[in-house]
Amino acid sequence: MAALLEVKGLKAFYGQTQSLYDVGFEIETGGITTLLGANGAGKTTTLRAICNMVRREGLIRFDGKDIKNMPTEEVVRLRIAHVPEGRGTFTTLTVDENLRIAAYTRKDKAAVNRELERVFSYFPRLQERVQQQAGTLSGGEQQMLAIARALMLGPRLMLLDEPSFGLAPLIVVEIFRILRRINEEEKVSILLVEQNAALALDLADHAYVLETGHVVMSGPSAVIKNDENIRKSYLGY
Amino acid sequence: MEQFLQQVASGLANGAIYACVALALVMIYVSTDHINFAQGEMAMFSTYISWQLMSWGVSFWIAFILAVVLSFVLGVVIERVILRPLHNAPVLSIVVVFIGLLAIFNSVAGAIWSYLIKEYPSPFPKSSFGIAGVIGPHQLGVVLVTLIVLGLLFAFFRYTPLGLAMRAAAQNPQMARLVGVRVDWMLALGWGLAAAVGAVAGIMVAHIVYLDPNMMGGILLYAFAGALVGGIGNPGGAVLGGFIVGVLENMVAFAGNQIEKASGIYIIGNGEKLTVALIIVIFVLTVRPAGIFGRVVVKRV
Repeated sequence: MAALLEVKGLKAFYGQTQSLYDVGFEIETGGITTLLGANGAGKTTTLRAICNMVRREGLIRFDGKDIKNMPTEEVVRLRIAHVPEGRGTFTTLTVDENLRIAAYTRKDKAAVNRELERVFSYFPRLQERVQQQAGTLSGGEQQMLAIARALMLGPRLMLLDEPSFGLAPLIVVEIFRILRRINEEEKVSILLVEQNAALALDLADHAYVLETGHVVMSGPSAVIKNDENIRKSYLGY
Repeated sequence: MEQFLQQVASGLANGAIYACVALALVMIYVSTDHINFAQGEMAMFSTYISWQLMSWGVSFWIAFILAVVLSFVLGVVIERVILRPLHNAPVLSIVVVFIGLLAIFNSVAGAIWSYLIKEYPSPFPKSSFGIAGVIGPHQLGVVLVTLIVLGLLFAFFRYTPLGLAMRAAAQNPQMARLVGVRVDWMLALGWGLAAAVGAVAGIMVAHIVYLDPNMMGGILLYAFAGALVGGIGNPGGAVLGGFIVGVLENMVAFAGNQIEKASGIYIIGNGEKLTVALIIVIFVLTVRPAGIFGRVVVKRV
């Protein structure tokens, strides 16, 4: 089976500073892949490079199509949903508007409403707060909102940047359970960036370990998880 | 008493104009953090376009609509052609571009239509409009037209998907891109709408201040004062601020006249209206920079 996303020899730059040197990985259709590594290893930059939010070189192919020269908004329209670091809440808009914005190009209102219903079935908590200003939500709720908004794009691939960041452990467990359901029920492939390696390896089927802009290790999650050497030297637990 | 009501009414009419221009300023400010100093001259240019159309025999309201639509297109083109290449430029460069645009529109209008002051018609019938002794036909018409335009704009931003996309693009451009919004086009659209609202203001005020290339200079200042009073980042506040400034300047002049009548001492009058606007600007900037309805944006460092 061909890979859904294929990344080869990816380099990325912030101004003069190069932050990715040679990143390559593949995501299988329907799979969950995780990128692990310490702070500054280039995990977030890799996600940003896929969506063309930083200057980049190398090959990025989505569903067999080269997306190297596409602006961010066109990449997204291929149904690649990016849940960014910091959740990207539209703080002055309502929860409802935060979700509908992801469907604003769609003419069929009834279909958008059905989509909303479906998204709320994963996140009933958001439905209770649908007319509330999104900036007033708690951190966990805003993270749910960010994932729900990504889901409104009807994505084939979801890029998640540290969904556990700054959240209480119970909320994190809830969110990861929902991610698992989204992957299974919606057939959404997932690329997950996480600091919390144990958590990520439980969810993902494949893992890549980044260090200072290079992929240094990769394999099935189970293998990486059980390799004490990798765990001690790269994952720190 | 009648005089007082008249002053309030004409203040509201002026305020409606300031509200439109203030809204135009705010629309561009919220999405780019820049104040378009050329907004007034663009509105003046639009007004000349409508005048030109009328002198070719087009009726007032058709000329009004055509001028507003042309202004919208002109606004979009200015953003795409002149400002787009500068979107990473330092603030000062952009300020210089705005001042350049101001000078260009002013002198081009002067070159085409001359600097002679022209009369500009009012479309509102004297017989059936206005309330005798309280508000004149043109003043009432101005208030109604601007309220309709502001209402339409509000509905557009509040209830349409495109309006939502524009608000999202202004609030968080990067995230807007990540949900597929073409942010660059939203900015251009914002410029178009600002130019169109400005055009409405120019066409409505021309009957009062007469048509000449410098007609909007003072009005831009009042509008800026209004936008600041309401909160420069808050469209609803800016509209309200425009009305407040309009009424306030008349009240100050009115109070000055009353004092002069009663005591014979001249303190303040019609001649100092613009000074009042400038005092408001300075006062707001020093005492409450976020405006009455604005929120202080706290940035995390």
